[in-house]
Amino acid sequence: MLAYGQPIVFYTLALITVISAILVVSRRNAVHSAIFLILTFFCVAGLYILLHAEFLAAVQVLVYAGGIMVLFVFVIMLVNVEEAAAVKATHRQATFGIGIALLMFIFLAVVVYKGVFREFGKLPDVGATLGHTEGVGWRLFLDYLLPFEILSMLLLIAMVGAIVLSKKDV
Amino acid sequence: MVITVNHYLVLSLILFTIGMIGVIVRRNAIVILMSLELMFNAAGINLVAFAKAMEQFSGQVFAIFIITIAAGEAAVGLAIIIAMFRNKQTVQVDEVSIMKW
Repeated sequence: MLAYGQPIVFYTLALITVISAILVVSRRNAVHSAIFLILTFFCVAGLYILLHAEFLAAVQVLVYAGGIMVLFVFVIMLVNVEEAAAVKATHRQATFGIGIALLMFIFLAVVVYKGVFREFGKLPDVGATLGHTEGVGWRLFLDYLLPFEILSMLLLIAMVGAIVLSKKDV
Repeated sequence: MVITVNHYLVLSLILFTIGMIGVIVRRNAIVILMSLELMFNAAGINLVAFAKAMEQFSGQVFAIFIITIAAGEAAVGLAIIIAMFRNKQTVQVDEVSIMKW
């Protein structure tokens, strides 16, 4: 029973993730897309827990489902949805674009199938040490301190840019 | 029946393709940004799966970086959409073609 526990959880989460991602893309109403996107984020957080990345799962729920989705729903409510839902949902070059995307899918699938990733195989059964908040913190503030600081500058610039762009006279 | 890295790679491959189709096909700029978030998530799953496989934290740290960049991208992108809606009264990307020759 225990041996089948992880595959069952993985396949369930993966199935819900893929189905809700398809619904995000295919729903005409942007509000429905946003709701299914929240479902996708929660399922990805579940996959992170399955991979022993508990801190990352918490960050995923807080930042994505809590922060970014509030922004999205706010903007959807700001621009009127009814008018947007009435018109044609797809682009003029939709068939051509899907062809290009499937070509990219085949290319990446060949890379995954033939690539060097095969040698990893089975995931190591590590204990509770991996994904521990303390371990991530040590990495983040010792090895990756400079990228971390650069990222804070990036967030500041993004904040300034967002404020300037939403001013009255742009 | 064991879940390997390849399972996670295939899942993130599917998720990435769905997001790319959304970016290419949809006309609504908000849905295009949502599809971009799907692609960011696919990359994150990849990084965390390899972090588990190689038993180190670096992949998770980079996944945190991806989440941060996604937050900044969403803020700037949605501000652009608001500016676009204010000037053109539309969020359909093919109706904003003033820079196309």
